[in-house]
Amino acid sequence: MSRRLILIRILAVLVVLLGVNYITWRWLESINWEAWWIAVPLIVAETYSLIDTILFSTTMWRAKEREGPKSEPQGTVDVFIATYNEPVEMVMETARAAKRIAYPHETWILDDGDRAEMAAAARSAGLGYITRTADWQDKPRHAKAGNLNNALFETEGEFLLILDADQIPDPLILHRTLGYFADDPQVALVQTPQWFINVNEADPLGSQAPLFYGPIQQGKDGWNAAFFCGSNAVLRRESLMQLGIVGYVRDVEDSTQRTLRAAEKLLGREARRNQSVPELHLELRELRQEVTRARADISQAEPIAEVTYRLRAKIDAASRRLVDNDLATMADDLAAIESLPIQRDAELGTLVVNDVALDALATRELSPLGAVKSVAALLDALRVDRPEEAQPIQPLATISVTEDMATAMQLHGMGWRSVYHHEVLARGLAPEDLQTMLKQRLRWAQGTMQVFLRDNPLAKKGLSGGQRLMYFGTMWSYLSGFAALVYLAAPIIYLTLGILPVTAWSVDFFARFIPYFLMNQLLFLVVARGIRTWRGQQYSLALFPVWIKACTSSFANVVFKKPLSFVVTRKDGRSAEGLPLREVWPQLTAIVLLVIAFVIGIVRVLVGAGDGTGTLVNTVWVGYDLAALSIIVQAIFYKGPAAYAEEPKGVT
Amino acid sequence: MKLTVTTHEGYAAVRPVGRLTASGAPRLKQEVQKLIESGQPRIVVDLAETEFIDSSGLGALIGGLKAARVAEGDLRLASATEPVKSVLKLTSLDRVLKDYPTAEAAFGNE
Repeated sequence: MSRRLILIRILAVLVVLLGVNYITWRWLESINWEAWWIAVPLIVAETYSLIDTILFSTTMWRAKEREGPKSEPQGTVDVFIATYNEPVEMVMETARAAKRIAYPHETWILDDGDRAEMAAAARSAGLGYITRTADWQDKPRHAKAGNLNNALFETEGEFLLILDADQIPDPLILHRTLGYFADDPQVALVQTPQWFINVNEADPLGSQAPLFYGPIQQGKDGWNAAFFCGSNAVLRRESLMQLGIVGYVRDVEDSTQRTLRAAEKLLGREARRNQSVPELHLELRELRQEVTRARADISQAEPIAEVTYRLRAKIDAASRRLVDNDLATMADDLAAIESLPIQRDAELGTLVVNDVALDALATRELSPLGAVKSVAALLDALRVDRPEEAQPIQPLATISVTEDMATAMQLHGMGWRSVYHHEVLARGLAPEDLQTMLKQRLRWAQGTMQVFLRDNPLAKKGLSGGQRLMYFGTMWSYLSGFAALVYLAAPIIYLTLGILPVTAWSVDFFARFIPYFLMNQLLFLVVARGIRTWRGQQYSLALFPVWIKACTSSFANVVFKKPLSFVVTRKDGRSAEGLPLREVWPQLTAIVLLVIAFVIGIVRVLVGAGDGTGTLVNTVWVGYDLAALSIIVQAIFYKGPAAYAEEPKGVT
Repeated sequence: MKLTVTTHEGYAAVRPVGRLTASGAPRLKQEVQKLIESGQPRIVVDLAETEFIDSSGLGALIGGLKAARVAEGDLRLASATEPVKSVLKLTSLDRVLKDYPTAEAAFGNE
C-alpha cells in the first residue's frame, strides 16, 4: 500500500468519526425545535452531506493506480464514431484520426442522422458507414444506445472502441488499452479519461472533471466498479452480446408470463359472459385450460419457445373454428333478417359474405368474435421475438438516457470486470455556452436517476457490496440540490429574521463542527493532490436547480411514464443570441437574496438587534454561498474560447 | 466456419461446422433469411458439428427465430455439443430454446 493511500485511509477514518460525532450531537442536543421548519431541514441536509462524505471516503479507500497492461495488445477491433447531428467536418476530423490509430482496426462512422453528405465523406475517406437498418422503422430508437446496438450487428471485431464525434483519438489508444483484456479474460471494459481542448485555464463552465477522471474513477476501480462513460472506452463484444442475450431471455420470460396471465383472465371472463352460447362457452373454457397448462409447463422449466409455439397452434385452430362457427351463425341470422352484408349469390345459390362489413361487426366490443380477436392479438406477444422492438437483442442498456452507466452496472452484475486507465488518449470538445452545458448536466443527472429508480444498485443481484456503494454514491450525490436549497435558505433566514436553526452558536457547536469541517477539507486536499477542484465544488452547489429538476423529471418519467426529452449535447461552439438569464433565474434570485440578507444582518448588529457571533457565522456562510454561485455570473458572460482567441493582443 | 443447408420433408436443416462466432453469425442469419424467403420457414439449426458458439452466434439464432416466427414458421435447435450446451445454459437461453436430440426429431411430432 502506498504512503498516500495510508494517509487517505487515516484521514477518511477521522473525518467519518468526527462527522458522526458532530451529527449525533446535532440530532440529540442542538436542534432548535421552536423553529422546526428550518431546523429539521437543516439537520436532514447535514445528515445527507455526512452520508455523502462517508460514500466519498469509501470510494477513496481502495484507490487503484494502474501502471498499464502487462499483455501485448491483441484481438480484432472496430472503432465506432457515434454521430447524430454534429458538423460533417468535425466528424471527419475525428474519423481520420481514428483511421490513423496504429493498431490494426476498422473504422466506422455510425450516423444516426442518416445524412447523404456524411455517407459520401465516409466513403471518399475509405471509412465504414453505418445507419439504422429497416428494422428500426416505427420502433423506439433508443438514441445512442440504439445507434451502437444497430452497429454491433453489422460488424464483427472482438473489441469496440467507442468515440463521440468530437473525441480525437491518440494513435496509441489501442496499444495502451487492449492488453488489459488479455491480462484478464473477465475484463469487459477499459475506460480512459475525457479531456477537453477547447477549455482554458479558468474553465468557467467547469467542463474538465479532473477529480472524476482521476481519484474518483481510480477509487471506483479499486472496488471493481470503474464506470463506463460513453466515449473513449474499449469494450469486449462478447460481454455486451451476453448482456443482450440474458436481457432477451429475461424479457421473454417476463412478457410471456404477463401475457399468459392476461390471456387466462380474458378467456375466463369471455367464457362466463358467453354461457348462453354453449359452443363458444366450451371452446373458450378449453382454451383457458390450455393457457393454464402452458403457464404450468413454463414454471416447470419447459423451454418457452416450445410452449408458446404449441399454445399458438391451439389458439389459432380454436379461433379458426370459432370464426367459422360464428360466421355461419351470424350469416344465418343476418340472412334470416335479409340484411346486408350477406347476399345470396344468384348463380351459385350460396351465401356471399361481405368481409369488410363483417370485420366491422367483429371489432364491436361486445361481439364474441371480438373476444376471440383480442385473444389472438394478445398472443402475438407470445412470438418470443419482442415485436415492439427493432432488435430482439439489445446489448447496450436502453433503460436510461445515459446508456453507459446502466450498461456498466449490468456488466458488473453479471460478473464482468472493468478497468480505469488513467492516461488521456483522446481529446474532445466541451460545450461552449451555458445553455448547452446546462442541458448536458441535466441529461447526465436524469440518466443517473433513471437507473437509480429502474435498476437500483442496492437491490440489484450480482453486484458486490463495494460495487453497490460505488453506484449508489454517484446517485446519492445527485440529490444534493435539495440540500443546497436548505444551505442557501438557512443563513438568509437567520440574518433577516434572527431565527436560529440550532439551539446556539456556542463553544459546544464550534468544538464539534470545526474539526469535522477542517478534516473534510484536508481529506479532499490530499485526494485531489494539487488538482484544482474549486470549480467542481462551485458547480455542485450552483447547479442546484438542475439537480432538483433531474430528480423530479426522472421520478415523473419512471413512475408516471412522462417522457424526458432527450437532448444531444452540441459541441460546435455556436451559441444563441442574448444572455441566458432565463435558464439561471433561481441562482440569480438566490444571489440577490443572499446579498440582501447580508446587508440586513450587518444592520441588525449595528442597531443592536442581532447577535454578534451568529451574524459572523452566517455572514461567512453567505460569503461561501456567494463565492460558489458567482461562477454562474461568469458563465453567463462566457462566450467560448473562440471569443478570447479573436481578441487582438495588447489591447486593454 | 462452414455452413451446409439441406432440405427435408417438412423442414430445412442448417448445419454450422466449426466455431459459430461473430464472424460466422451474419452468414447464418443470411441463410435463414434465404430459406424463409424461398418459402421454408420451418428450420432446424443442427449443432452436431458446432464446436463452440459465442453470444454473437446465439444472437444469430434469436434473430432467425424472430424471422421464422414472423413468417409463421419456427426455428429449432438439435444435437448441441457439450460446449454449446454449456453456453446455452450460461446465458439461460435454454429457458427459451429447446435442444432436440436430432434434427429429424425437431419437427417430428407435427
